[in-house]
Amino acid sequence: MPPGLEATEAVLRLEGIRKAYNAGRPNEVEVLHGIDFIMQRGEFCALMGPSGSGKSTLLNLIGLLDRPSAGRLAIGGRDTTGLDDRELTRIRGHQIGFVFQYHHLLPAFTAEENVMMPMLLDRGHPDARMRARAATLLENMQLSDWKDNLATNLSGGQQQRVAVARALAMNPPLLLADEPTGNLDSVAAQVVFDLMRRVNREQGTTVLVVTHNLGLARQCDRIVEIVDGVLTGDERLTLHNEPRGSRISSPLQ
Amino acid sequence: MFDWLPFEWIAASRFLREGRMQTAAIVLGVSIGVGVIVFMSALLTGMQKNFINRVLSAQAHVVLLPSEEIARPLRDADGVAEAAVVQKPYQRLRSIDQWQKIEQQVAAMPQVKVVSPMASGPALAVRGDAVRSINLAGIEPAKYFRIVPLDEKIISGRALLGTEDILIGSELANDLGVKVGDKLRITPSSGEGLALKVGGIFDLGNKGANQRNTFVALHTAQSLLRLTGGASSIDVSVHDVYAAEEVASAIRAVADIGADSWIRTNAQFFAAVNAQILANVAIRFFVGLSAAFGVAAVLVVSVVQKSKEIGILRAMGASRGQIMRVFLVEGAAYGLAGSILGSGLGAAALLVWQQYVRNADGTPLIPIELDPQLFLLAAFIATLTGLAAAVAPALRGARLDPVVAIRG
Ligand SMILES: Nc1ncnc2c1ncn2[C@@H]1O[C@H](COP(=O)(O)OP(=O)(O)OP(=O)(O)O)[C@@H](O)[C@H]1O
Ligand SMILES: [Mg+2]
Repeated sequence: MPPGLEATEAVLRLEGIRKAYNAGRPNEVEVLHGIDFIMQRGEFCALMGPSGSGKSTLLNLIGLLDRPSAGRLAIGGRDTTGLDDRELTRIRGHQIGFVFQYHHLLPAFTAEENVMMPMLLDRGHPDARMRARAATLLENMQLSDWKDNLATNLSGGQQQRVAVARALAMNPPLLLADEPTGNLDSVAAQVVFDLMRRVNREQGTTVLVVTHNLGLARQCDRIVEIVDGVLTGDERLTLHNEPRGSRISSPLQ
Repeated sequence: MFDWLPFEWIAASRFLREGRMQTAAIVLGVSIGVGVIVFMSALLTGMQKNFINRVLSAQAHVVLLPSEEIARPLRDADGVAEAAVVQKPYQRLRSIDQWQKIEQQVAAMPQVKVVSPMASGPALAVRGDAVRSINLAGIEPAKYFRIVPLDEKIISGRALLGTEDILIGSELANDLGVKVGDKLRITPSSGEGLALKVGGIFDLGNKGANQRNTFVALHTAQSLLRLTGGASSIDVSVHDVYAAEEVASAIRAVADIGADSWIRTNAQFFAAVNAQILANVAIRFFVGLSAAFGVAAVLVVSVVQKSKEIGILRAMGASRGQIMRVFLVEGAAYGLAGSILGSGLGAAALLVWQQYVRNADGTPLIPIELDPQLFLLAAFIATLTGLAAAVAPALRGARLDPVVAIRG
């Protein structure tokens, strides 16, 4: 490691990450074949790749929802190898925000309650502070008028904005989004993307977003490409070649 | 949202509301089980209490009798029995040795409430051509009435016993055609008879007892039965009726006397009650078990239905313990709600039963009291059962792989 790098510890560090499904069984299949990947604080990175290349698998590993078959994974400088379920759950709750493709809101709860949920899980009881934070987040997402609606009564774009607000509830240093705009039309997609970009700029939140949308990817700081479980490209974009609000969609989609 | 509610309760109540058909069905199922248990328990307790009341209103808790004369086989010097057949000696009507001393001794025991000596024996009641065999009991009214409240069962006349008075049952009065104030000749099995005046007629609620039982003053019976100054038995009432047998053995230990408790004399009844209790316990157990399996089945399905939500919650930082407790709360809620509804059902069934199942005279066959303790107990046990039934499904939910849950 070059001297001086220890001082600014990476938000995310992957070394030789492998993942095999059905390990030990005849249908064992290795999906990730040794991934090395580092993200610095404040980066906004797109992860692209063809369907089945292992993007979701990788994101689930980084989100500590699953464990790698081999390799080391450190979050905020802390090696997660060998941590038990309780500690992983704690890191997940405090350090990581998750946005899924199919918005995945809790249908039995209102928009506001969905946003409060990570805080409620952390603190046990609802309180006024949580409610205030949820209100602020929903306001930022332009959803104040919808906060008392059940999640299922919202449009797809609204639901995904609630999901982003929810992922930010604990003010996590790392936001993971697995095709957050995959189900949205291009206008709604741009809105959600812009909201994430704003959080990244204003809070310094590190963002890793899986997307098939090249137009959106071009608005990121960095594009990483994965093909068949191997990282094949890592491009840093210093300037935005595309105008903001681009509606060009990727040929991959 | 109520701020004092923890996450687990909030989530459980939302999930329950979301699956309201399932919730309604299983709560109804549990409540039917609880209703059956409440109904049966109250009925059984009522029956027992009813019987015990009846028995104890006409009988002392412990009766002291002269110790039996014991027959021993005749043996020669080497211990060889000469006469193999041993016959029980004829039990004469005799007095308890030093009964006044024993009465004092027993009355001094802390478990004992009232002690009442009695001189009783067989006799004939004669009026004109009509003759009836009776049991003549000589009592000290002040003591005896505190054991058997005969004075409350007088239907005509008064419960006063002078030297020449006799109290008889309604059946005997009918058979002999006598009224209060009429004379009746009482003749013991051997010896002179005596003419006594009917001072009162009682109804003990039992035909046989109303036919055979008669009461006179203690000294009147003593002279008629030739038990001068004696007592053929001593009635004892105790504070704790269920400890009567222990009191009886305590008395046997301190005095050379026979002591029979009502528990021993009604052994058959208690055997029947015990068999009934056993059957009732078994039925309660299996009803409870089937309710528990119902709760478990519903929760297993609910865990599968909610697996996506479980995965989302886990991704947001929910611990296994939190997920597990959500389903435990659901199980306990099924039990508690079922027991509340079930107690209502059971109580309603008891009221209906009491309304329609009645004696010939219109009084309830078995007076049932709705004991609030029974309902509290039912609620407690049902909640615990629901909780226990939820353990396996809750564990399953907690161990769900969040990745699989979210993708599925
Ligand atoms: N639980 C699993 N068991 C077995 N194989 C799996 C499992 N999950 C994913 N796979 C396989 O791993 C490979 C990578 O899957 P993954 O979902 O990570 O791809 P992806 O890049 O996210 O694709 P997409 O763009 O379609 O979402 C695929 O071939 C998939 O079939
Ligand atoms: Mg995917």
